[in-house]
Amino acid sequence: MSQDFNVNKDRLIVKSSTANLITIRKFINIKAKTFGFSSNEIEDIVLAVDEACTNIIEHSYHSKPNLDIEISVSFTKSNIVIRIIDYGETFETSSFKDLNLELYHKQRRVGGLGVYLMKTLMDDVRYTSVKNKYNQVLLTKKLAH
Amino acid sequence: MTEFNTSKKEIGDVNVVYLNGFLDAHTAPVLEDTFSSLVEQNKFKLVVNLKELDYISSAGLGVFMAFIEKMRENKGDIKLTSMNEKVFNIFDLLGFPLLYEIFDNEEDAVKKFSGDN
Repeated sequence: MSQDFNVNKDRLIVKSSTANLITIRKFINIKAKTFGFSSNEIEDIVLAVDEACTNIIEHSYHSKPNLDIEISVSFTKSNIVIRIIDYGETFETSSFKDLNLELYHKQRRVGGLGVYLMKTLMDDVRYTSVKNKYNQVLLTKKLAH
Repeated sequence: MTEFNTSKKEIGDVNVVYLNGFLDAHTAPVLEDTFSSLVEQNKFKLVVNLKELDYISSAGLGVFMAFIEKMRENKGDIKLTSMNEKVFNIFDLLGFPLLYEIFDNEEDAVKKFSGDN
């Protein structure tokens, strides 16, 4: 399959269409592989980034498909750090910290499941927002070996 | 490009739905349409075979959550079968084994419906 991004760059900018989630996953897969993560760890990282970007598309950009999502990847002190920036509306994630799964299923709060997965699969998930400017999520995972 | 598709088979009054590919926020509507069309035909007993499913995100899991009550209200269910280890791990992280019946093989899942009658 053809690559639609430059694999030598550590930054990917895509439009906020769910059709681009596959491109985002490929990009993160290649980057995590070069840093030496195992295939299980790579799957965790890829899913966490997919969830972060899906939430941005749905909650920050309200499913408008033509706005920018900027993803940059760095590797320092045995940590992969993925920084994802959008310029949409700020959305609240702090209420998703403690998850009662049974209640969750009853209420079908699907958006929150993504945040729960991100926090479970990564070592650190940090949201910061500068109102009317940008939102940033930092996803960190430590290389186990 | 076929990122994700579904196919169906009827075994008695049970419908087996096969998932193939990558189920994310982009492809979840395909599964929603499949389940919606079964509901329209009053088919509520579903076995979903995930053998060929390579990837699932919470958007995909949300489709199961959106339909399970509808099926159960109508004396049906969504039973899951044949998922690979990584897909199972995601279902497991989100507590699905508590709320959904998950089988190793399709035949057992189909049989469970006749046992329910």
